[in-house]
Amino acid sequence: MTPGSADIAARVGEILHAHDGMEGPLLPILHAVQAAFGYIPKDALPIMAQHLNLTRAEVHGVISFYHDFREEPAGRHVLKLCRAEACQAMGADRVAAHARGALGIEWHETTSDGAVTLEPVFCLGLCACAPAALVDGRVVGRVDELRLDALIAEVRL
Amino acid sequence: MRIFVPLDSAAKALGADEVATAVKAEASRRGLDVTVVRNGSRGMVWLEPLLEVETDAGRLAFGPVGPGDVAGLFDAGFGAHEKALGRTDDLPWMKAQTRLTFARCGITDPLSLDDYQAHGGLVGLRRALGLAPDAIVAEVTDSGLRGRGGAGFPTGIKWKTVAGAAADRKYIVCNADEGDSGTFADRMIMEGDPFTLIEGMVIAGIGVGATKGFIYSRSEYPVANIVLAEAIGLARAFGLLGASVLGTGPAFDIELRIGAGAYVCGEETALLNSLEGKRGVVRAKPPLPALEGFMGKPTVVNNVISLATVPVIFERGAAHYKDFGLGRSRGTIPLQIAGNVRQGGLFETAFGIPLGKIIDDLAGGTATGRPVKAVQVGGPLGAYFPRALFDTAFGYEEYTQKGGLIGHAGIVVFDDTADMLAQARFAMEFCAIESCGKCTPCRIGAVRGVETVDRIARGDTAAIPLLTDLCETMKAGSLCALGGFTPYPVMSALTHFPDDFHRSAKEAAE
Repeated sequence: MTPGSADIAARVGEILHAHDGMEGPLLPILHAVQAAFGYIPKDALPIMAQHLNLTRAEVHGVISFYHDFREEPAGRHVLKLCRAEACQAMGADRVAAHARGALGIEWHETTSDGAVTLEPVFCLGLCACAPAALVDGRVVGRVDELRLDALIAEVRL
Repeated sequence: MRIFVPLDSAAKALGADEVATAVKAEASRRGLDVTVVRNGSRGMVWLEPLLEVETDAGRLAFGPVGPGDVAGLFDAGFGAHEKALGRTDDLPWMKAQTRLTFARCGITDPLSLDDYQAHGGLVGLRRALGLAPDAIVAEVTDSGLRGRGGAGFPTGIKWKTVAGAAADRKYIVCNADEGDSGTFADRMIMEGDPFTLIEGMVIAGIGVGATKGFIYSRSEYPVANIVLAEAIGLARAFGLLGASVLGTGPAFDIELRIGAGAYVCGEETALLNSLEGKRGVVRAKPPLPALEGFMGKPTVVNNVISLATVPVIFERGAAHYKDFGLGRSRGTIPLQIAGNVRQGGLFETAFGIPLGKIIDDLAGGTATGRPVKAVQVGGPLGAYFPRALFDTAFGYEEYTQKGGLIGHAGIVVFDDTADMLAQARFAMEFCAIESCGKCTPCRIGAVRGVETVDRIARGDTAAIPLLTDLCETMKAGSLCALGGFTPYPVMSALTHFPDDFHRSAKEAAE
C-alpha cells in the first residue's frame, strides 16, 4: 500500500528536523526517507526542497544522480549481483545470465509477483570470494548457479 | 576459553555468522564457558570462515569451518582435526608479511578499546599530543607516506598545505568510498580495526588544526558501516573524540556518512560535493581541496589506509616506517589478491615485491587451475598486465613506467578463458555508466568507446586506430581519473593481447 500524502508529509517532516544543524544533510536525509518508505515518494520532494532552501530541480538532480535512490518501490527483496572485474574473472556474467533467466527479468526490474528486484552492483569488496551478491543487506560469497537458485528460492518464499 | 570467529564481510559471506551461532550453541549444550569474539579477518579469505582458539601456545587456527564442523571440533578438544591448520602465526601467509597498518587486524576485538590499547593502540596519538602541530606534519612527511587511494600524493605535503591555510574551520575527510574492483583493504580495516582509522584521523586533525572529520563510506559496505558507527560511539564515550581529545588535546569529532552507489564519488572533489549534499560531480582543480574543500574550507582528503597507517608511524617513528619499501614508494602496502586465484586475500608487505611472486607464490595460481592470462592491477582504471610484465616491482613509479598504475593495490587475476576485448568493452561501459557527466571526453568518449569496441568485435579492424585515438583524447582531456584512466585497461588489453582484437576479422577472412 502506498502511503498517503499526509503520512508522507508527517514522516518527512520528522526526518528533516532530525537532521537540523547537520552540514550538507541531503544524502543522509534521502537515505532516511528511503529507509522509511522503501523509495523516495514524489510528494516528499517539495517538502525537502523547501526545508533545505533548495529548488525541487536541485533535489531531483541529486536523487537521480545516485544509483541507490529509487523513485518507485522495489520488490519485497532486492538481489544485487556484482558485475565488476574480480567477479567477472570467476564467472559473474554467467551467474547473472542465469539469474535473469531464472527470475524472468532484466537488470533493475522486479518480478511480476513483486518478490524480487534485480540490481547490478559494482564491487562489494568480496573480491577474494567472488562472485559476490548482496541480498537485502546480507553478503553472500562464491555465488554459483546452485547457490543462486537457493537464494532465489529463499527470497521467493 | 576464547574462540574467535570473524565478523569480516568476506567471512560472513562464507558463513561465519552460522559458525559463530553453532559455536555458542555447542558450548552451551556442553556446559562450557566459551566467549566468542567476533574479530576482523586475518586476510586469508580462502580459509574463511577461519576459527581460532586461544591457547597457552598461541592461537590455533581451523578453516575453512562450516557449522557442521563445530561439534567435531569440540569433540577433538580443538586439537587434531581435519580442519586444523596449526598456530595462526606459523602459517606461511602470515609469517611472510610485514604487518604495520594491519598489525592488529584479526588479532583484537575490533570494538574493544582495552584490546586496542593492549596491542599498541593510542600510543601514537599520545606521542602526537606531546608534539607541536608542525612536528606532527613533519613526522608524516618524513615517513614518506603517500596517498594509498592510488594517486600517491605525499600525505605530509597535503597536510602542510592545510595546516598553513588560515580559516575558521578545517576538515579531515576520510575517503572510504572503496569502489575499485579487487580492493577490500579499507573494508577490512574498518571492520577489523576501526580505532586505528579514528586515531589516524584525530592525529591528522591535531596536526592541521581541524576539529571535524567525516568518514565517507559506501552503501555497499553494510557491515563496515555498522562496525564504524559503533566504534565512533565508543570513541566518544572514552573521550578519544569530543570536546578535548583524551582530556588534554583540542576538540575533534567524527561523523560517518554513507554514499549512494556512485563510483565517481571516490574521486576526492566529487566526494566533497556528495558530502555537501550535491550531485557527485567532479570539480575542476585548482582550487585544491586542501585550500577550498568541504564547504569551501581547507580540507584534508585522505584514503582510509593512509589515515589508518598514521598511528603506527607515530608509534614506531617515521624512520621505522620509511625503512621499508623501494625507491620513492616507502613503507608497506596491503596487497589485495582477488579474482581467479587459488589463495586470495590481504597480504601486507614492503613495496618492491614483483608481480610474478604475488601471482605464482602467494596466490598459488588460478582457482580454476588454468594458466594465468592477464592481471589487472589497480581497479577498473588499472592496466591489464600479461605474464611478460610479471617482473614489475610493486611501486608507484615502477608501474607508471610499464604503462600501468598500482591504484589502491587491488590485484585481479584472469585465467586463459578471459576475452580481453570483452574486458576493454567493459572498461568503457563502466566509464559510461559511472561518468559524472561534467566533461565531454569521459561522458561522450566512453559511449563512443563501447561502440568502437563493438565494431572491432564485428571484425572491423579499421576501428582500432580510432579506439587508440579516442583513448588519447580521454587520457589528455578528461577532468578526473575516471575518464582519464579508462584508457589504461583498454589500451593495455589492446597492446598486450592483440589477438583478442583481431579474432573476428580472422574468422571472417577464413
